Amino acid sequence: MSFGPHLFLALLEGTVTAFVLAVTALGLSLVFGVMRIVNVAHGEFFMLGAVLAWFCASLVGTPIAGFLFAMIAAPAVVGALALAADRLILRRIEYHPEGTIVATIGLLYILQQAVLTLYGPDARPVSPPVYFTLTFPWFGYSGYKLVVAAISALLLAAVWWLLTRTTLGLYMRAAQQDLEMAQAFGVPARRVYATVFALGAMLAAAAGVLVVPIQQAHYLMGLDPLLLSFIVVIIGGLGSVKGTLVAAFVVGISDGVVSVFFSPTLAKIVATLLVAGVLVVRPGGLFGGDRA
Amino acid sequence: MSGRGAARLLALHLAVLALLFLAQFALPAYHHTNVARIMVLAAYAVGYNILLGYTGLMSLGHAMFFAAGMYGAGLPVYYLGFGAASALGAGIAAGVVLAALFGLMALRTSGVSFLIVSLMFAQAFYLASLYFNEITLGDQGFILSDRLAPLSVGDASVGFHEPAVKYNGALLLFAACLLLGLGLRLSPIGRVLIAIRENEERARLLGYDSYRYKLLSLVVSGGVAAAAGASYALLFSYAGSTFASILFSIYPLLWTLLGGVGTTLGPLIGTGLMFYLVDVASGFTSAYLLVVGVALVVLILWFPQGILGTIRARWLPWLP
Repeated sequence: MSFGPHLFLALLEGTVTAFVLAVTALGLSLVFGVMRIVNVAHGEFFMLGAVLAWFCASLVGTPIAGFLFAMIAAPAVVGALALAADRLILRRIEYHPEGTIVATIGLLYILQQAVLTLYGPDARPVSPPVYFTLTFPWFGYSGYKLVVAAISALLLAAVWWLLTRTTLGLYMRAAQQDLEMAQAFGVPARRVYATVFALGAMLAAAAGVLVVPIQQAHYLMGLDPLLLSFIVVIIGGLGSVKGTLVAAFVVGISDGVVSVFFSPTLAKIVATLLVAGVLVVRPGGLFGGDRA
Repeated sequence: MSGRGAARLLALHLAVLALLFLAQFALPAYHHTNVARIMVLAAYAVGYNILLGYTGLMSLGHAMFFAAGMYGAGLPVYYLGFGAASALGAGIAAGVVLAALFGLMALRTSGVSFLIVSLMFAQAFYLASLYFNEITLGDQGFILSDRLAPLSVGDASVGFHEPAVKYNGALLLFAACLLLGLGLRLSPIGRVLIAIRENEERARLLGYDSYRYKLLSLVVSGGVAAAAGASYALLFSYAGSTFASILFSIYPLLWTLLGGVGTTLGPLIGTGLMFYLVDVASGFTSAYLLVVGVALVVLILWFPQGILGTIRARWLPWLP
């Protein structure tokens, strides 16, 4: 394959990665923006989504039914788990920034070990719900990957609608701007925090369900999306939704291109150094204010 | 700190070190090796505590300094035939240089951003150690015992496989790091670091350049972690990229939290307890990471001051 088509394939792969990454990172970004906390267990919510998708697929006969079941069940289960974590741990330490990081690191290992014990160390495949190939003159491309991009775009649009057109979204934006003032105006801060934490986890779980047919479900798969989400959220500016989306595409596409032409490991190293560059120039991230 | 107070503190720390020295004659072989390992890891935690406990900067990337020391010492021994002393020096130098470079960039951020940045730099370091696996041999690692010349003292020479060499080497390292930590804690520089921890704005207002003090603290902390990593490679004859993974950045945080953040002896207590907790737990379950996870959550929920921190708050306010 010559350079042109090769680059096209890389861009295509990168775009699909970018969509999934945007969904995952948006979850992390919302939690940080509204609650001012970093959820280190975010990648494990992603992993749980993938593992639950495998369970759903093994319970239900056809791949399409399993996929639809997983798209609803996995975020629901993970969201409930996040609510429990919020209630039992985070609220008790009053969302102290560094305490939250330590607690969510603990949660990370608890979830990882639980999945290892209950699900096992194997990577297990899930067949894609739809199976068709897009034929380009140079190569065939899995149609399911485009479905992934489309569903991701729908999820992103849904979050945007939630943020800008609903009361909950208004509460979230108010809490992000000024928590005390928001509370004075009757925003139920505790409920908003719990909802946002669950919503962030559910976005990660949905992204996990989406990638399982491409990636296989494995108990250690949460680390990469976590680190990539961190990279995205830092480059985009902590807490900025617009920045997160733009950065997800920059990071996702460059990750895809470097992965195809060189190696995935090198791509991760490059992305990390990119972050270093951004921080040296703008400590608050590209779209961040002075809050970071 | 009055002269008598300082003398009492020095006596306490020397007594702990003397106890560790005497313990080697009483411990059975299995625990003998364990305690040697604990002392090296506790030195790592002492280094971590200099940054977290004295300066208030939490890092999630200290494994890169530990591993820099490990590779800085291990690779020259493996490829260039360095002796133990020069390898230790090279390891510490590698850690100090890395910490300085990292600090120049990462200290532009603070708080939560610093945490994430440290985590990611450490991950880049870990990935690099895998990527260059032709040199580092990746997560398989390499064994040093057949390359490292035995120590010669006068006419006698002793190899690093001797348990007594391991134990006393580890004790020397730990003693050096502990006393360095104590000295720093009691020095004027340590006072400034604690002022920065308590209120950075105020420290700056008083005319202290907080960036330079934080950089100094990071370099000392990284250097101590690298010394521990280099000693680990030399004493236990192994270097591998597992020691650069995220888990090895989390461990010193856990040990320090358990023992008591900002206490000089807390890292030793935390490391020892956690080591034996994992050791006992892995006797009847392979799920030792669960122990790590639950310990982190329990500590942050109910004992944020750790063991020595609680003792200090309740009974012994003079404890450093």
